[in-house]
Amino acid sequence: MITYDDVTKVYPGQSRPALRHVSLNIDAGEFVFLVGASGSGKSTCLRLVMREYKPSQGRVIVDGRDVGRMRQWRVPALRRQLGVVFQDFRLLNNRTVFENVAFAMQVVGRPASAIRSTVPEVLELVGLAKRADRLPDELSGGEQQRVGIARAIVNRPMILLADEPTGNLDPETSVGIMRLLDRINKRDTTVVMATHDAGVVDQMRRRVVEIVDGQIVRDQAKGVYGTQ
Amino acid sequence: MRHSVREAVSSLRRNATMAVAVVVTMWVSLSLFGASLLTFQQVQLLKGTWYDKVEVSVFLCTPDTNGTMCTKGEGATDAQRAQIKAALEANPLVATVYYENKDQAWAEFQASHQGWSIVSSLGPDQMQDSFRVKLVDPRDYDKVVAQAAGLPGVQNALNLHTVFDPLFRALTALQWGAFGLAVLLLVAAVLQIGNTIRLSAYARRREIGIMRLVGASSGYITLPFLWEALVEAVLGAALAAGTLAAGVYFLIIQRAQVSIQSLAWIGWHETRQAMLAVAIVGIVLAVVPTFIATRRYLRV
Repeated sequence: MITYDDVTKVYPGQSRPALRHVSLNIDAGEFVFLVGASGSGKSTCLRLVMREYKPSQGRVIVDGRDVGRMRQWRVPALRRQLGVVFQDFRLLNNRTVFENVAFAMQVVGRPASAIRSTVPEVLELVGLAKRADRLPDELSGGEQQRVGIARAIVNRPMILLADEPTGNLDPETSVGIMRLLDRINKRDTTVVMATHDAGVVDQMRRRVVEIVDGQIVRDQAKGVYGTQ
Repeated sequence: MRHSVREAVSSLRRNATMAVAVVVTMWVSLSLFGASLLTFQQVQLLKGTWYDKVEVSVFLCTPDTNGTMCTKGEGATDAQRAQIKAALEANPLVATVYYENKDQAWAEFQASHQGWSIVSSLGPDQMQDSFRVKLVDPRDYDKVVAQAAGLPGVQNALNLHTVFDPLFRALTALQWGAFGLAVLLLVAAVLQIGNTIRLSAYARRREIGIMRLVGASSGYITLPFLWEALVEAVLGAALAAGTLAAGVYFLIIQRAQVSIQSLAWIGWHETRQAMLAVAIVGIVLAVVPTFIATRRYLRV
């Protein structure tokens, strides 16, 4: 589903590469943790998939297409196949929970009837059916992240990219979010999650890819956060 | 579509003062641009068919005209006509001689006075046959005028350039002055539109970020900005068109046409053309900077 083929990324104006000769293959339906310290290159891996950046060298293949060489006008179509979740939730604070989730469908031109039927289903899935009319400020951090996840999956993406989704949450709330991501993964969505939250990684026992200084140092099935 | 219109309306409301500034700049600049077009048309109308081609116009007698070389109650005869033509063509100072009969003169008069009430009270018989003379050296006009004025059957010989050149020079200066100011102000309007877009892109950066994230097309993201600029352009162009119409109505139709009936004046026909040009320029000048600014500030 996602293939990094000898990928190097150097950001403009920096001499040290963010990623160095990274090769990695992620199959459809997998749940993969990218772990490592801040600045190790985890987020860069996700951003290359979203085509926020192009690789300096090598290729990033998503669903058979070379994302780095993709024409600009094809990028929106790529992003419709991806759902993205952030540490800071990135919700629109002047819109209700329902409207925040519906926004993702509106802007890709989905009909109002589809929005009316799909959004409540997704809110039910993330456990926010009763909060649909609330504004983000009226919700707890965990609930806000559930809204972010609902928005990410409402267009049924093939891949869910999560960048430190539990970074702002307490351990108990994080467990709930991880259960939710697990449930989404079981609906055949590939999940790639960058994190340095050892607790959630150790608890989930999924594939772990560790990145240090832009290089992959460990790729372990059913792994834990720290090297044992 | 509904989304983009709603976004454009809320953005116009949020940046109301900026929008007013753009509309006013558009209004003034497009009015000046339209005025320079109308001045150009006015000069062309006054010049008529012959002005730029000939120096001396020799008007022949008609039964109604008085002149020292005319026979009272009779027009120039065919024999006189032939003699005048031969005399002019024999003159070494003369390069070319054109003949315009009164029917041709009438057709031209009708064309330049479209829609005027005066047309219905005249006919070809009120026009004059004429010879239009191009000189080898335009500065020799006085000698040719003197020769022609002394020929039998000639009512009058004129060098129109000595009469009209100062007027046309003034009008052309006016035209280019208005055009230059229009260009300066249009540049200001274009920069203002670019700034407005930057401001509203900044105010909506969160929405735009999420739109890009979930795969909204760049057209979808750009559309509200395009509506916003179009609304401002259409308002500015409409106000400019109104200003031009008012100017032509009060200055030309109510005053100039009434007090100087013998000259051709621009009317609604020319005003409509100028309004159309103003609308097209206004819309192009709104749409093009919008695309440039959105490419810059809304890169996917």
